[in-house]
Amino acid sequence: MVYMDGHDRTASIADEARIEDYFALLKPRVMSLVVFTAFVGLIVAPQAIHPVLGFVAILCIAIGAGASGALNMWYDSDIDAVMSRTINRPIPSGRVPREEAFAFGMTLSAFSVITLGLATNWVAAGLLAFTIFFYAVVYTVWLKRSTPQNIVIGGAAGAFPPMIGWAAVTGTVSIDALILFMIIFLWTPPHFWALALYKKGDYEAAGIPMLPNVAGERVTQNQIVVYTVLLCATAFGPVLTGLAGMVYGLAAAVLGAGFAILAVRLRMAEGVEMKRRARVLFTYSLGYLFVLFVALLADSGLAFWLGAAQ
Amino acid sequence: MNMKDEKAMISHDIARKRQRRRSIAIGLSLAALVLLFYVITVVKLGPAVLVRAI
Repeated sequence: MVYMDGHDRTASIADEARIEDYFALLKPRVMSLVVFTAFVGLIVAPQAIHPVLGFVAILCIAIGAGASGALNMWYDSDIDAVMSRTINRPIPSGRVPREEAFAFGMTLSAFSVITLGLATNWVAAGLLAFTIFFYAVVYTVWLKRSTPQNIVIGGAAGAFPPMIGWAAVTGTVSIDALILFMIIFLWTPPHFWALALYKKGDYEAAGIPMLPNVAGERVTQNQIVVYTVLLCATAFGPVLTGLAGMVYGLAAAVLGAGFAILAVRLRMAEGVEMKRRARVLFTYSLGYLFVLFVALLADSGLAFWLGAAQ
Repeated sequence: MNMKDEKAMISHDIARKRQRRRSIAIGLSLAALVLLFYVITVVKLGPAVLVRAI
């Protein structure tokens, strides 16, 4: 609307954006899992870090992860607009312009990497930069729309945070850090394929080649079982290397058994019951990863306490 | 002023309020960043900040 003084005072899209919309661009729910797993990697590392620098490291990893989420929303705004799960995101709903989301993501990426490098070390900063690149470019731009194996390879982006936390403390990457990476890496396919099974229609409408749409439900169910077995076996890795003890070992056994039972039950189901079981497995998988890492943390705390008591 | 103009005016007021909130948020973020770099510097230097070759 043009007023008599000649100024156009019509609110543009950018003027409608609330602070909460920019926060939503950071995918806070994904960020919470990233923060938690990075924190565990930082705590279980075999050295100590100054608490302030530890806090800064976690903050940088969280913001870096959020930045890659913003870049993902920038690129995927067209498909977000056709999926019920994502239609209310800031860009498809018209509250934040695409170019602002891109600028926001790039700025936060640069700041988080540089700050992490200055506060801790450049190995951790390099890993964070690679994680952002992997999620925003390799997964979002390249894999997501071209292959049903998108989340298998793309899952690596979500698996890096504990390794970055570890590197922030030690300045290096060890076999233990690699095992933590592998646990999340192998957890990602059954987690997302369970979601893809009961949200199949959404992905179909958006044209994303998720495994159930491309290879069928039966193949997906089989793959979920395979990855679940690999995950449950890898989850014992920290016990074998001595990173964790009995508390974690017991948790890995019980949680893994639950995961395997649900995966096999999903394999045996069809139709509506299959979708229900896929939803159950999806929810369980979230709790699985959280409790497994809590057990790792508890074991580390217990070892520290026992060591201090002697 | 007709109904349409009135609506545009209200929308303009809301937009201005939101823009102000965003400006405050950016200002606070920059202040937090300055504080963060100050704290990181102090922590990284530690007691050595007083140890200087004369």
